[in-house]
Amino acid sequence: MRDQRLWTWHVAAGLVVLVTLALHMAIMHLDALLGLFNPAGGHPIDWANVAARSRQGFFLVSYVVLLGAALFHGLYGLRTILHELGPGPALRRGVDVTLLAGGGVLFVFGAWAAWAAFALARTV
Amino acid sequence: MNAPARVTFRIRRFDPVRQSPPSWEDFEIPAVAGMTVLDGLRTIKETLAPTLAWRSSCRMGVCGSCGMFINGHPRLACNTQIAELGSGPVTVAPLPNFDTIRDLVPDLRPMFDKHAALSPYIIRDDHDEMYEPTGEYGQTPEELEEFLQFTYCIKCGCCMAACPTCATDPVYSGPMPLGQAHRYNADSRDGGFTTRKTALAGDQGPWRCHYAGECSRACPKGVDPARAIQLMKRQLVFDYLRLYSQPCPAGVVTPAPASARRPDVPEAPAPTVDVSRARTSPSC
Repeated sequence: MRDQRLWTWHVAAGLVVLVTLALHMAIMHLDALLGLFNPAGGHPIDWANVAARSRQGFFLVSYVVLLGAALFHGLYGLRTILHELGPGPALRRGVDVTLLAGGGVLFVFGAWAAWAAFALARTV
Repeated sequence: MNAPARVTFRIRRFDPVRQSPPSWEDFEIPAVAGMTVLDGLRTIKETLAPTLAWRSSCRMGVCGSCGMFINGHPRLACNTQIAELGSGPVTVAPLPNFDTIRDLVPDLRPMFDKHAALSPYIIRDDHDEMYEPTGEYGQTPEELEEFLQFTYCIKCGCCMAACPTCATDPVYSGPMPLGQAHRYNADSRDGGFTTRKTALAGDQGPWRCHYAGECSRACPKGVDPARAIQLMKRQLVFDYLRLYSQPCPAGVVTPAPASARRPDVPEAPAPTVDVSRARTSPSC
């Protein structure tokens, strides 16, 4: 049941990454064609454009969702590779706990960074 | 008159009694038209190496006993002609991803243990009908097509030998057991998905398959276990999302009133199993 659940979330996270990454690519690399979310014109990573995006709740949510989905998708893949190296049950458990803890720390740190950028952008 | 062509067999030998590491031994024998690798092994055993050991039975690609690693690919020795292997020596080793019992004899027990753990048989509630049948379970040609190709599996182990995941992960069930589990999950007469799911949803399930596809390439019977594994993944994902529920197993088809048993068709033999010990599955 556990692997069935994890695999399903792995696929779902892959789809979320696909959508959010496509949005990121469209904003960052197709600005000349689409001009999405770059209200100040110029380059997408100019301060005015970054600040304009960061003060929107939509981007705060999409950053956190992308972070969570990418972390889960990538760390589950890493877990699969490590399990295939043939560790014993105790080491498998250790791999699971380490990846879960590492993923949790990275998620909290990344989510805090997204929130901090949101809060900062609202003040300027 | 031309001298008969000769072919060299390079065979990996292993004697468990001596406990020495496996070694390679060369044998040169006359090659004849239509000669298979199995024919060559027989000639070598009869004339040059009487202690050479391998496993074979039917000699026509049906029993699945003679799976070997021939010129770097898992194949059936009886189904591989030396003419199709090119002009070099014929290299024969036991199937990889299995322990070796002796010479070319792999230990297939782990594969069959994993196979048995996935309940590869029809599971239904109606035990009386299964053991004292009054008719046939109905199945359309379309329903048969859903699993027919997977019934051609002969359990030779070639797919397991070709699987890169089986090479490193001892917990993974492998293409043959998973393909056979799907064969029964996809059978419209079966009601055992829930029973099999207890194993398939965990470590033994299809989740470690990377879809390398080597199992399907290696299968001497043209079965596509890689496809079965992907279909099984989809079925299990849909099951987790509550988007799949196994339909009720097919019921008995009532014979037409005018039909009578042909006098030349014998009655079914008496049951040879203890019906009272039959396993149950949830009611449909």
